[in-house]
Amino acid sequence: MIHAAGVTKRFGRVSAVSDVSFGLDPGASMALWGSNGAGKTTLIRCLLGVMRCKGRASIGGVDVRRRGRHARALVGYVPQELAFHDDARLGSAMTFFAKLRGISRDRAAESLGLVGLSGHERKRVRDLSGGMKQRLALAVALLSDPPLIILDEPTSNLDAAGRGEVVETLRRLREGGKTLLFASHRPDEVISLAGRVLVMERGRIVRNTTPAELWPTEKPVQVVRLYLEMASEADAADALRDAGHAVHLNGHGLCVAVPRDRKAEPIGVLARQNIEVRDIEVLEDVQIPGGDR
Amino acid sequence: MSAITSSRADTIPSAPAAPPLVRGITRFARREFRDALASKWFLLYTLAFTVLAVGVSVLSLSGVGSHGFAGFGRTAAGLLNLIMLVVPLMALTAGAGSIAGERERGTLLYLLAQPVSRTQVLLGKYLGLAAALVCSLCVGFGVSAGVLAWRTGGVGIGAYAMLVGFTAMLALAMLSLGMLISVISRRTTVATGLALFAWLALVFVSDLGLMASSVLLKLRVQEIFGLAAANPLQSFKMAVIVNMNASLDVLGPVGAYASNTLGAGLPWVLASSLVAWTLVPLALAVVLFARRGSV
Repeated sequence: MIHAAGVTKRFGRVSAVSDVSFGLDPGASMALWGSNGAGKTTLIRCLLGVMRCKGRASIGGVDVRRRGRHARALVGYVPQELAFHDDARLGSAMTFFAKLRGISRDRAAESLGLVGLSGHERKRVRDLSGGMKQRLALAVALLSDPPLIILDEPTSNLDAAGRGEVVETLRRLREGGKTLLFASHRPDEVISLAGRVLVMERGRIVRNTTPAELWPTEKPVQVVRLYLEMASEADAADALRDAGHAVHLNGHGLCVAVPRDRKAEPIGVLARQNIEVRDIEVLEDVQIPGGDR
Repeated sequence: MSAITSSRADTIPSAPAAPPLVRGITRFARREFRDALASKWFLLYTLAFTVLAVGVSVLSLSGVGSHGFAGFGRTAAGLLNLIMLVVPLMALTAGAGSIAGERERGTLLYLLAQPVSRTQVLLGKYLGLAAALVCSLCVGFGVSAGVLAWRTGGVGIGAYAMLVGFTAMLALAMLSLGMLISVISRRTTVATGLALFAWLALVFVSDLGLMASSVLLKLRVQEIFGLAAANPLQSFKMAVIVNMNASLDVLGPVGAYASNTLGAGLPWVLASSLVAWTLVPLALAVVLFARRGSV
């Protein structure tokens, strides 16, 4: 479904994506895993053909650079944040994208129904919650029933409930045979949705593996409690969320979900922000309530 | 939520083809037109242009008892200066905000991620904005014509239509330039600043520069005419004057030279300058937008 060979994107002297090659079969599901700045979003933009890059990329055998709009006809894209005009109403936005893809209005209504947004057609985009916006983006992505859905951190701006809704929808899409490529830095999402994981660091693929190999135990995510000065807890929580960690502030330190083999990572993140960690405690069998980030 | 069905996983299923070039452009044009009609800038520009056009018409007619077609001539002369100031400003800023605004809001990436080409997006937005601008001008001219007809008992319809036509051409040319500015600007503020600079350069600097350089460099009349015709605003002004007087003698030796040399072809030469100012910046905008490495 996707074939990438030597995809490289440079911004000046900085390589955002460097010599990335991989393939994704129809019906398979793959996660792009890595911290902020690893190159996930840039790679997605290169694959969509909206950003010029070196190397070759094709979707369904269609070269994205030479025949970009034909390649994108095979893709439903869900961005990190919904990018609609705030004044637009759901119904008219759906109709516009439906017409753009040569789809009937009936299908637009059907697509809204698929993501549970039926009856909200008169609402303006600015009046939607984060979860509803993301489901709207998913509805647009599903309009033409494309075989491939590409998602760029679709749940990063959602609360626990919104995240659960989106993940559940994606799980059913996967079961329905859609090919999924999504960027994420949430282990739970990757485990529940992805068949393979591309681990990216500084624009390069450092591992092409499975979630089970990446997090080999049954509980790949552990919670560590960091003890900090009270005054710096809010800044620390923000920094850790920016770095892709699920964080919970409960008045007794900062609880952070981390992969089992990267428990010290939050300390490094905070050190870079000049925030001192007084103590650390690894909690067994503890989950972050709702995984709020 | 209802069940999600999908295409089979073992083969690469077909999806609807990307929209043909013209259909994609039309979709974007319609949306842009609707968005423009609903926007505050459109209402503001339309209102401002209408009020000013009617004001100029009323003031022109309140003078020394001009009536009928003579009254229209005075009004058209008054409108000419108003148009040269207001219409380029409207079109340049509208064009400048188009692509840069979408880019800044993050909506451009989402549009480009659809099965459309950059050319479709840009041309669609251009046509939609052009239609909205022409509508805005037609409202102003229409109300102004109504006032003229009421006060003078008649309007030189043909000459007035030519004035509207040349104004629309000027608006399209300035919109093209605005779109070009928008394509090369990352931020709306930068694009708007560049558009205002271009407006100042075209309206004031080029006029004064032409006068200064003709004196300092002792330019010949044909060179002065060539430089003037290369400025879309001067081309517009000369075209409207030719349309009203059938001659550019009122502009002095340069005008007399143009009238004598080009004769009946003069309006076509001036219109060609406006068409070139429409097509060249728009083509440049299409090429630069298509070649842009990022969003």
